[in-house]
Amino acid sequence: MVFDIPRVTSGNTFCWRCGVCGVWWWGTSLGGKSVNYQDKASDIERQAVTSQYPMTGNEAIAQGAWEAGVKVAVAYPGTPSTEILEALGTYPASDVDAEWGTNEKTSLDAAIGASFCGARAFTAMKHVGLNVASDSLMSQSYIGANGGLVLAVCDDPGIHSSQNEQDTRLFARFAMVPVLEPADAQEALDFTRIAFDISEEFDTPVIVRSTTRLSHTRSLVRRGERLEHEDKSFIEDFTKNVIIPAHARIRHPQVIERERKLGVYFDECDLTQWHEGPSDVGIVTVGPAYAYVKEILPDATILKLPSSYPLATGAVERFCASVERVIVVEELEPLLEEQLKVLGIAVEGKEFFPRAGELSPEIVRRGFEAAGVLETSASATPLEAEPMARPPVLCAGCPHISSYLALRNINARVAGDIGCYTLGAIEPLQAIDTCVAMGASIGNAVGMAKAGTETRPIVATIGDSTFLHAGIPPLIDAVYSNVNITVMLLDNHITAMTGGQDHAATGRSLRGEVTHRIDFNEICRAVGVKWIKTVDSYEIGAMTRTLREAVEFKGVSVIISDRPCVLDPVKLKGEALAVRTDKCTACQSCMNLGCPALSWDDEMYNGYHRIRIDPTACVGCAMCSQVCPVDGIHPVAQ
Amino acid sequence: MATNGKHKTTSVLIVGVGGQGVILVSKALALLCQRHGYEVKQSEVHGMAKRGGAVFSHVRFGDAVWSPTIPAGEADVLLALEWAEGLRWLNYLNPQTGTLISDTRKIIPPFACLKRARHVEPVYARSTPAEVIGKLDAGYALDATGMADELGNERASNIVLLGVLSTVLDFELDDWLAVIADCVPPKTLEVNREAFLAGRAWVDNAVVPRDEDVAIPTPPAGPELRSELEIIPEWCKSCDICVRMCPERCLVLNAEQIVELANPEACTGCRICEWLCPDFAIRVHNVPVMDPATIELTVEA
Repeated sequence: MVFDIPRVTSGNTFCWRCGVCGVWWWGTSLGGKSVNYQDKASDIERQAVTSQYPMTGNEAIAQGAWEAGVKVAVAYPGTPSTEILEALGTYPASDVDAEWGTNEKTSLDAAIGASFCGARAFTAMKHVGLNVASDSLMSQSYIGANGGLVLAVCDDPGIHSSQNEQDTRLFARFAMVPVLEPADAQEALDFTRIAFDISEEFDTPVIVRSTTRLSHTRSLVRRGERLEHEDKSFIEDFTKNVIIPAHARIRHPQVIERERKLGVYFDECDLTQWHEGPSDVGIVTVGPAYAYVKEILPDATILKLPSSYPLATGAVERFCASVERVIVVEELEPLLEEQLKVLGIAVEGKEFFPRAGELSPEIVRRGFEAAGVLETSASATPLEAEPMARPPVLCAGCPHISSYLALRNINARVAGDIGCYTLGAIEPLQAIDTCVAMGASIGNAVGMAKAGTETRPIVATIGDSTFLHAGIPPLIDAVYSNVNITVMLLDNHITAMTGGQDHAATGRSLRGEVTHRIDFNEICRAVGVKWIKTVDSYEIGAMTRTLREAVEFKGVSVIISDRPCVLDPVKLKGEALAVRTDKCTACQSCMNLGCPALSWDDEMYNGYHRIRIDPTACVGCAMCSQVCPVDGIHPVAQ
Repeated sequence: MATNGKHKTTSVLIVGVGGQGVILVSKALALLCQRHGYEVKQSEVHGMAKRGGAVFSHVRFGDAVWSPTIPAGEADVLLALEWAEGLRWLNYLNPQTGTLISDTRKIIPPFACLKRARHVEPVYARSTPAEVIGKLDAGYALDATGMADELGNERASNIVLLGVLSTVLDFELDDWLAVIADCVPPKTLEVNREAFLAGRAWVDNAVVPRDEDVAIPTPPAGPELRSELEIIPEWCKSCDICVRMCPERCLVLNAEQIVELANPEACTGCRICEWLCPDFAIRVHNVPVMDPATIELTVEA
């Protein structure tokens, strides 16, 4: 049992009593294997580097993986997980082979392959990325791990930049894979390191679960050196590595036994923290929720678990027996709460804390007030001012703008997809009718065509990175079923939404090296598309004309809307344009682009605002001058 | 400064619009605090940030910091790089002891310019610095963008505001300058240094801007007009140009393939259809809307 561990250091070096030092292994024999843990990540002295920026949770996860001796890391970008692999790409290439994968499943598969051959392997993804990778994860749970196999999965409570807020802890239980839940950047580093040890010790993939808040919060992190391993080799175990029915039937009971052993391990290890305090109320919490509990109730009796699955049953039972009332605080789903109830423990939790949305100090305080743990605070009247909507918009000069203008123009039924271009759904473009999941647009369009009820032309819009991720199989379906749809491939030469990552069609690797560049035209032709045209996205007239031709083609047609993103990899800035105020008739045609460089001028015409262009924001794409009916927009110099 | 339990935590909330340098300022502050031996947490949510949306960053420091986010009503300083963004987060500021530091510059998003009616103002927050600072114990509103522009780079406005912040927090000038030198791009070091000192010096003679200096001008009132389309069906040859070019998309071709005003409510009377029609088949009349009272008077006369 551990009491409140010191969190702050005055000096630079620090003995960390949380399990990284190897203390927690002694006196327990859990895995059935005999391993000399002194050779592990044990006695490495760690330093707080105060001269550099504090680390984000994502950078700390990367540092943890590097310190653990990770050799192969593959991931597909996805907010909030993207920076983990970007950070790993800054470590020496001789230490870690870090590369982008085409999607989360190919990334996990590559990591699994490396693990088979004895290397410590790593992948990172956002929560919905795990849905894509889950097919392999479910099998690999039975197979286990030779080299440590760790998945960092970043949830998005509050849905800051995702399509849902699914709770990865449920997925971990579903896959019977242990999930470690750090509460801050230091733990993100420590837990990631330990995850590799657990993976090898218990013969299992391990998930390290972060959240948007943890991934994007910077705090001081004590770092260590990299642990160098002797390379293991492939283990010739046919019954384990080849998961056919006969073998899976043998492995399943072993996985159930592994779950029990992990529960005992979490029970006895020092990652489980017991903060002693008054015995009237005990709080069981896990992961980032812990920080909010400590903020609101710094002196409470707390059991901080390192993991929601498998449950540290013994510790939980001892803790709950020592207090009169047990309250569970966890973000999103009541996974701990339900498990405690199954143990027959009277617990409270989700009646005070919401299942939906991100926790915050205020929400946790209100929850404790509702539970009667805290007295209702008589706070001063908060300051208020009228709010103003400022939704994210497509950038000035974004090449997606013309594609959506053209779609509006032909009055298409548009199946959208995931990326910056999902912003085409909001005013004033309002050109997307559906958005489901990565790569879903083309499959959705196929179904729309098959339903036979749609009178408008059916178009799927999909970005270059998304097309590679999950768009090619449905394009094959479309050709195979010979449906009348048009696919608009919005090729801006980068994975833009997540901040500009390379992919297989940019011709550059994660570390910026030149590699093979995939040609979309060749892919489409190879799967059997007969009508393919490439259009410069900045030519609105050509775009509209081509789209009209495409929807008239009987069968599958593909338009490649081709222009690089204005932000990445290079921030583009051309000569700014200006409105000739004397010519502008305030018709608002250009305002239909939704370009953030355009706004209303104080000058009026016929009761309407004339338009002005912000010269610092304008990149000179000239799309506004193409829609101006009075030829009133020209480069500043003219 | 706010306290939580036994620990003293200082909370600074930095807000603005994507691209203004919110993250740079907050990273600089976090680094400064860390160098002073404080525990520090700096929390932001990016992803949508550079797409013109609202950006915010919580910086908390002290002997021990738990929550990465500032509880509402407990921020010691609200540093706003844009006026309306400051207003958006005002409820996070401690109503008794909090200090507001805000640029008065307004960034009006395209979203605020969508209404298609005559004589309307952009949809932008109306509270003025005088009004807001009047409610506060301490508050600074300044044209930081203008000051940075005068120094040669308006993008240094965030550092001007950092200069103002430096007078509120307890760190030495040299430490501030050192951390700025480590955070800004080397080419912009000189202008940022000047910007910081300008912001710091401004505080000595701080004044609250007058409403008339910072207000968005109200558009002049004019006659209420109703737009009517006169379409000559015989001259329309169904070329579709007006339908495709109408900015409000309120024209259609009817069953006889003749242009028709399908959505009179949306028509703004901009005359594009009239000017573009190759066959002079459309005329736009912007007719004054008569006040019923005026009409009666006319009849009587």
